[in-house]
Amino acid sequence: MVDWRWDFTWQILPRLLAATGNTLLAAGIGYAIAVVLGLVLALAQRTPFNPLNAIVREAVEFIRSTPLVLQIFFVFYVGPQFGIRLSPWTAGMIAIGLHYAAYLSEVYRGGLESVPKGQWEAAKSLNLSMPRTYFRVILPQALPPSLAGMGNYLVGIFKDTPMLSVIGVAELMHTANAIGSETYRFLEPFTLVGIIFLLISLPTAAAIRLFEAWTRRKLGLS
Amino acid sequence: MSYFEFLGLYGDRIISGTLITIGLTLLSALLAVAIALAAGLMRMSSNMAVRGVATVYIEIFRGTSLLVQLYWIFFVLPLFGITLEKFTAGFVAVGMNLGAYGAELVRGAILSVPKGQWEAGLALNMSPAKRMRRVILPQAVVLMLPSWGNLFIELLKGTALVSLISVADLMFQVKQINGTTFLSVETFGTALIIYYVLARFMITPSMRWLERFMMRKMGRA
Repeated sequence: MVDWRWDFTWQILPRLLAATGNTLLAAGIGYAIAVVLGLVLALAQRTPFNPLNAIVREAVEFIRSTPLVLQIFFVFYVGPQFGIRLSPWTAGMIAIGLHYAAYLSEVYRGGLESVPKGQWEAAKSLNLSMPRTYFRVILPQALPPSLAGMGNYLVGIFKDTPMLSVIGVAELMHTANAIGSETYRFLEPFTLVGIIFLLISLPTAAAIRLFEAWTRRKLGLS
Repeated sequence: MSYFEFLGLYGDRIISGTLITIGLTLLSALLAVAIALAAGLMRMSSNMAVRGVATVYIEIFRGTSLLVQLYWIFFVLPLFGITLEKFTAGFVAVGMNLGAYGAELVRGAILSVPKGQWEAGLALNMSPAKRMRRVILPQAVVLMLPSWGNLFIELLKGTALVSLISVADLMFQVKQINGTTFLSVETFGTALIIYYVLARFMITPSMRWLERFMMRKMGRA
């Protein structure tokens, strides 16, 4: 029925593993952008200037409810129309970083809202400046409860990197596709891609659950 | 070319793409709900084999990417003698993927129905099936509806990927139009706005309505 060819499997495996490195790199860079930019987006919704808060809020909603693959195309193809050429990697990292920044900003927002009002009042009565209030009082309390949600999106961004293949980033899916069109064999490359994804995402998700339980214990939440 | 000229020239194709996207979303949402209910309940079965099947299904579909699953269903499944037409392959992949996420929602919601309700069902001598159907599930539905709202938006976004196996959805149409006109801002921008409108002004309000409707039915509003 199905002929799985082991010799072919061993022949393409090194190439797929090399591409896995690129996938991990893309997920790592994208996540780093998202972690920082997400915090900026979360804080930008809490300024004293209300119109800005509303605009950022709406922008986050917009990014969250439109497809990532479309955003990747948008970032990649809009530049050239205005004379700016972005490499697939740059465009891909901007798009995926921005997409997940929107998700992470919601996680941070939840964390920020969970800080008791008394903490703000205490900082105010101690006459702390705004940056000092955030960096020394609020964020150290807001970030630990956000860690669990942040972990889920780390796995999420990893699983979304195959979309970068559509603009030619040479990650796992792109390589599997290339092997498929060179050899007309799709069974082995696509199945291996699935297995590699499982082998990375399942242990990572399990580790994140353990880490989540650990932080909850440390914070005295359970 | 002004934006209105652009819409005049390509509006038909964008609308036909949007309709296909809506159709795909509805079909895969139905499939996802059915799978989520089945897999979520199987996940809680006392039979280890039944539980095992559901767990493997959920872990595989949650552990890999939708795009990987879509390509696998479209390119590899025919080698096993199961050939799906591209539109079918598209909504089946999206439905199966989101169904796995939904199964966890179903399980979580059922587990959060208060213990007293289970005991009351038992005390009234209801069969387990009847207790689930008449007492537990309706309350679980109220608990999980808000999360389903988010899931349906993920599902709508997921359907954009089927353009990669050439289903002529909104994403596919704008990619084609962009390929001939190079008007990236107009093409991709229009599509972004349409997806946003579908999510924000169709999915979200109808889920809110459904939440209120269920609450009223349960006598909680």
